[in-house]
Amino acid sequence: MSVLVDSERAFLAEIRRIAQEVAGVAADEVDRDARFPAEALEALRSAGALSAAVPDALGGDGVSLETIARCCFELARRCSSTAMVFAMHQIQVITIARHLDRAPWFESYLRDLAREQRLVASVTSEVGTGGDMGRSIAAATPLDGGELRFEKQAPTVSYGVHADDLFTTLRRAPDAEPGDQILVLTKSGQAELEPASVWDTLGMRGTCSPGFVVRAQFGSEQVLPTPFAEVMSQSLVPLSHILWSHVWLGIATEAFERARAFVRTSARQKPGEPLPAALRLSHVMAELALLRGEVSQALNDFVQADDEAGRERLMTMASVLRFNNLKLAASEQAPRVCGGALEVVGILGYKNDTPYSVGRHLRDALSARLMVANERLHATDAALLLIAKEA
Amino acid sequence: MLSADARIEIRRVIREHARLPVDVDTLDDGADLFAAGMTSHASVNLMLALEDAFDLEFPDRMLTRGVFESVGAIGDAIAELTPSADGNLPLNGGGA
Repeated sequence: MSVLVDSERAFLAEIRRIAQEVAGVAADEVDRDARFPAEALEALRSAGALSAAVPDALGGDGVSLETIARCCFELARRCSSTAMVFAMHQIQVITIARHLDRAPWFESYLRDLAREQRLVASVTSEVGTGGDMGRSIAAATPLDGGELRFEKQAPTVSYGVHADDLFTTLRRAPDAEPGDQILVLTKSGQAELEPASVWDTLGMRGTCSPGFVVRAQFGSEQVLPTPFAEVMSQSLVPLSHILWSHVWLGIATEAFERARAFVRTSARQKPGEPLPAALRLSHVMAELALLRGEVSQALNDFVQADDEAGRERLMTMASVLRFNNLKLAASEQAPRVCGGALEVVGILGYKNDTPYSVGRHLRDALSARLMVANERLHATDAALLLIAKEA
Repeated sequence: MLSADARIEIRRVIREHARLPVDVDTLDDGADLFAAGMTSHASVNLMLALEDAFDLEFPDRMLTRGVFESVGAIGDAIAELTPSADGNLPLNGGGA
């Protein structure tokens, strides 16, 4: 992070301020009522944060992935839901920016996004695919007059009704195989979401991610031009795992800091007396260090591979394994840290109304292993291990 | 350049392991096997079977979707890895 240019440093400082003064203040209520963190998103819009990752030439700020990742971490320390909405939006935006292949419609879209601070949600999961993003059932279906339409049964669409635009995976055509996919960006007014379930969950309650039947009509120019497999391998999958992991690291870090604050307060009250909680805190710190190490190393690995010509390394199985391993490790380590923090603090951590409460953090962190089920990633990795030589 | 025998062998391995919904002989050398219905799971089995049939190992840099997306691309990859550069089958013939 030492190479941050001044403009990115200022942007990060503004995000940190929003995290503390806006997102953090509303976090308990957002969690309790399972409501969208609207005030935090409004503040992020005012800061131009929704177009931070859009290249300068298209009206954005060209903020680096490292800084976006850091923002995910800072937001997650105060409000997991705000951070996850921010992360998911940035994943869509960065993916579009990396793969628009100079298509005029997408360039013009990113300019609109920057000017109007439009929020993008993704519709990637689908009923009947068993959580496999590499297969679709819903198809882009031609209509008379050249337009296309789709209808997709989505079991979860995070912040779907709060988003301006939708980024959706589909089969290329009604007669295409399940793996012959495209990504389509539809704008508000082109799509309708018919609620199919409610979002009343253990954690990540403010992401407001119920199921919908999504119907949309769009022009063929709204299909992302780069082949789907390339978009998945070079961007959508690794970026998701990297930015999600920064969110989980932020949650775990905050739980640890609350446990540390608890131990310090206890120590000050009885200086010199044995303090078992301090010993437990040391164990939690070691677990947190493992998490931090993997998350930051994965980001470095991505940035390095991305700098190489043609992004060829990101297309290999070794790369799939590398970023799946990040997701597996981070999603299991983050709740471990939160659970450890709870044991350090004890009943004051279990209660929801103390400065040392970590219940929300633990519940939010438990979502990590289900967001793309870890067993699905293990199944993929198990197959790839038969043939991959490294990693 | 691969021998005719090697090309036939590639198609045999695809037929047995790629689990395509269509016969591979209806596809030309440049046709996209994934678009024709090969799943990523089947592609891993195809890679394993090709390694066995041609007695070679694909290095990690070649383990990408692009290298296995068509009969022609597979042929190019095997030609690159075969020392004699003519893609002759090893004497023991490989799996069957």
